[in-house]
Amino acid sequence: MSETQVPKNTQDKKGMSRRNFMKNTGLLAGGLVGGGLFGGLITNQMKKQPASDKKPAASENKDMEARTFFSKTEDFETISAATERLFPEDKAGPGAIALGVPYFIDRQLSSDWGSNAKEYMKGPFPQNQEAAYYEDQSKDQNKQGPNSVTQVAAPTPRYQTRMNRGEIFREGVKTLQDTAQSKHKKKFFELEGEQMDEILTMLEEGKVRMNGIHSTVFFNLLLQTTIEGAYADPVYGGNRNMAGWKMKEFPGPRMGYLGQIEDEEFAVMKQESLRDYQEMWG
Amino acid sequence: MAKKLEKVDVVVVGSGWAGGIVSAEAAKAGHKVVTLERGKPVDRGDYVGVKDELRFSDRYEMMQNLAPETITSRNTLDEEALPVRTRNEMMAGTDLGGGSVHWAGATYRWRPIDFEIRSKTIERYGEKKIPEGMIIRDWGITYDEMEPYYDKWEKTAGISGEPDPLGDKRSSDYPNPPMKESPAIRLFKDTTKKMGYHPYQVASANLSQSYKNPDGETIAQCMFCSFCTEYGCDFGAKSDPLVTVIPTAIKTGNCEIRTNSLVRRVLHENGKATGVMYVDLRTGIEYIQPADVVVLGAFSFTNNRLLMLSKIGEQYDPVTRKGVIGRNFNGQFNITFLGARGFFDKKKFNLFMGAGALGGTLSDFAGDNFDHTDLDFINGGGIELRQYGHGPIATNSVPKGTKGWGPEFKEKSVHYTNRSLVAWYTPAVMSWWHNYTSLDPTYTDEFGDPLLRITNKYTDHDKAMAKFGIEKCTGIMEKMGADIVDPDSIPEEFDHIYDGGHYAGGVSMGENPETSAINNYLQLWDMENLFVVGGSAFPQFGGHHPTATIGALSYRASEGVIKYLKEPGLLTQPKKEGAKA
Repeated sequence: MSETQVPKNTQDKKGMSRRNFMKNTGLLAGGLVGGGLFGGLITNQMKKQPASDKKPAASENKDMEARTFFSKTEDFETISAATERLFPEDKAGPGAIALGVPYFIDRQLSSDWGSNAKEYMKGPFPQNQEAAYYEDQSKDQNKQGPNSVTQVAAPTPRYQTRMNRGEIFREGVKTLQDTAQSKHKKKFFELEGEQMDEILTMLEEGKVRMNGIHSTVFFNLLLQTTIEGAYADPVYGGNRNMAGWKMKEFPGPRMGYLGQIEDEEFAVMKQESLRDYQEMWG
Repeated sequence: MAKKLEKVDVVVVGSGWAGGIVSAEAAKAGHKVVTLERGKPVDRGDYVGVKDELRFSDRYEMMQNLAPETITSRNTLDEEALPVRTRNEMMAGTDLGGGSVHWAGATYRWRPIDFEIRSKTIERYGEKKIPEGMIIRDWGITYDEMEPYYDKWEKTAGISGEPDPLGDKRSSDYPNPPMKESPAIRLFKDTTKKMGYHPYQVASANLSQSYKNPDGETIAQCMFCSFCTEYGCDFGAKSDPLVTVIPTAIKTGNCEIRTNSLVRRVLHENGKATGVMYVDLRTGIEYIQPADVVVLGAFSFTNNRLLMLSKIGEQYDPVTRKGVIGRNFNGQFNITFLGARGFFDKKKFNLFMGAGALGGTLSDFAGDNFDHTDLDFINGGGIELRQYGHGPIATNSVPKGTKGWGPEFKEKSVHYTNRSLVAWYTPAVMSWWHNYTSLDPTYTDEFGDPLLRITNKYTDHDKAMAKFGIEKCTGIMEKMGADIVDPDSIPEEFDHIYDGGHYAGGVSMGENPETSAINNYLQLWDMENLFVVGGSAFPQFGGHHPTATIGALSYRASEGVIKYLKEPGLLTQPKKEGAKA
C-alpha cells in the first residue's frame, strides 16, 4: 500500500506530455490557438505549470477508511466478506477487500446514487408476476447495444421495487446474515468460503425470498458495485493504489495515444489517476 | 398563469443535432430563433480533465435524470407497462447539445434501398416477400434527393472517412481522410478482404486532423484517448453541436438558447401551432413562447410525447390500425448489435486506446447487396469491429461457460482484458403494426402528465436477421484467428433495456397522411407550421448507425422551415394512390 507516488512528471517514455500534445495537435504551430472556442479554451485550461509532487501519496491518506453508510461493523464485515468471494485475491493481484471495495460500496450507498436521486421512483410498485418477470429476465441480453461495450460486466439490475439502492443493500445484508444463521448457525463472515458461495449462488438464482425485491436484483447490484470498486478511479475509495488497473495493465486517464494507436506491440505504462490527470491540466 | 413572451419567427425544442442544425440554419437565414433545452448549459470546458469511467459510463453523468420523467415499457397490447426506472436501463442524453454530445461518432449514409424499401423489395422479390404485419414503406424521398443533405452534414461535422467500396454515388469525398488503423482493425480488414469482402474504415466524427467547417467552426484532431462514447470530448475533437451548430447559431445574433427550459406543450389554435408552453426548471415559472413556426427537434421519445400531450394529430390505435402519431415505432434494439466475440490467447491488443468511431466495417451484407431469395428476411446491415477504447470496469468479458464471479471469473477477466474482440451486425429493424408509442394510463411525470409508453416485441423476422448476422460474424472471428469464438445468443423477447439511444419512429415520414405523420420536409401533415425533426421521422430503420441520416434530415427540414416562412403552405402534396402502408 505504500509504493505509489504521484508521478514526477506526467509523461511516459512513449506517452504524451502536455507540450507534445499541443505540438501534435497543431495547437502550438498555429491555426488553432486563439482561433475559436477550442483555442481560447486550451490556452486558459493549460496556463498552469504541472504541479509538483508535494501532495501526500494517496496511500498515506487513511481518512477514507471509515464508514459513512453501514453503521454496524457486523454489516460492513458481511458485505466485505461477500465482495471478497466475488472478487478474491489471487496470484494476479489483490481481492476486493485489499482494493478497498467495501469502502467504495459504503460511500456509493451514501451518495445520491445510493438514494436513487436520479431514478424514477414513483408508484405504483406492483409486486406481481409481471414485475417479477421484469426483474429476472435472461441475462444474455445485458451486453448488447452500441454502448454496451462501455458498461459494467454485470447483469443489469432491473428495477421495480420501492426501495432505493441503500435500502436494498440493508435488506441484502440482512438476508445474507439470516440465511447464514438459519443454515449454519453462524455469522455470514465466519462461514467457510464454500458456504458463503452457496448462499451467494442462492441469491443469484433467486432462490432466497427477500421482501419487496427479487434476490437476483440485490445480487446483481452487489456484483456490479464490486467490479466498479475494483476498477473505478481511486478517488472513489476502491482500486487502492491503482492495483486493479495494474492487474489489467490499464494506464488510467491520459491525454491520448495518437503516436501509439498503430503500434503492434503492447504498451506497458505506469498507472496514473484522475488526480494526476487533472494536475496536468491545472 | 404562464407569462407570455414576445413572438419570434421560430421556436425550436431541443439542442442536439436536430434542434441545433435547424436553429443554426434558420438563424443564418436571418430569422429570429429561440431554442429551448431542458438540460443545463454546458460548454467544452465542462468535459476537460474529467476522464472518469464510473462517473460517465456507470453513473450516466450525461444522461437524462429519470426522477421527474421516464418511459414505460411492455411487449404486447394486453400487458400493463412498467416504468423503466433506472439509467442502467435507459440512456437518453441531456444538457446542451443533447445526446449528440455523448455519441460515438460512427457515420454512415443509409442506402437507396433504405429509402425505398417497400417498392424495391416488391420489385425484386414480389409482394409476398413482405410478411404480414410488417408496415414498412418508402420514405417519400430517395437517396439521390438526400445526397446533398448528407454531403452538407458531413462537411459541417468534418467527417473523416473513405468511401464504402460498395457504397452509393457521392457528390464529393469526405472532408477529412480516414482515421488511423489499429492492429485489431487491421486484422479485421485483412481477414475479411481475404474472405472476399470489402472492408473499409468506419467514417468518423472523431476527426483525423484539425478542420475548419464551412460555418467557420474549428474542430480539433482526435487523440485516441478512449474516453469518447458516453463522454464529452476533452479536446473538442469529436464533432458535436457544442463545437459546430450551436456556436454557429449564436454568432448570427439571431438565436437565443434557453437552457433549463422544459417544453410541456405545443400550443395551437385552428389547426396552426401558435408557440410552446415551457417551464424554467430552476424557478418553476411557466412561459409561453409564441412563434410563427414550431420545430420539435428533441429526442424521439420527447417528440412523440409532446405531440400526444398537446393533442396534435391522430393517435395510432393498433387495434383499428388507424391514426399516425405513435405508429411505426422502430429502432436499433438490443436484438441488433449481435455477433461474435473472439478470445485470443496468443495476441494482445492495446485496447485501452481507441475512439468512439474507430473501427473497420463492411457492407457486403447490408441493404440488398446480397440475394435474399432464400432468406427469411429483407434488408441487412453493416458488420463492424470497433475499438472504442475499453474501460477497466466495462472490460470483463470471459468465454461462455465461465462463472460470472469468483476465482475463475477474476483470472479470466483479467487475462482477456486486452485479448478479446467483437464483430457485430447492425441490421435494419423493420416496423410492425404492434410496435408503437402512446401515453401511459397509469404513470405520470413530475407535473402529473402521463409518461410515454412503448409497446415493443421481437418478431421472427428480427430473429432470422440476427441469426444470419451472428453466423457471418462468427465466421469472420474464426478466420481472424481467435482461439475461442463465442457467438451471441438470440434473445426470446425484448427485455425493456433501452440501451444505445437508437430509438426511432412514431412521427414518421411518408407520402400518405393516412399512414405517415410528416411529409418529406418533416412538416406535419395536420399542422403545416409544425416540423418534427430527428429519428422520430424514420418509418423504419436503416442498416447502419443513424446519426448522419438525422443530420441530413435536419438540413432538409431547415430548408423546409425557411421555405415555409417565405411562403406558408404544405411544402409537399400528399399522394394517396400507391402509397399503401
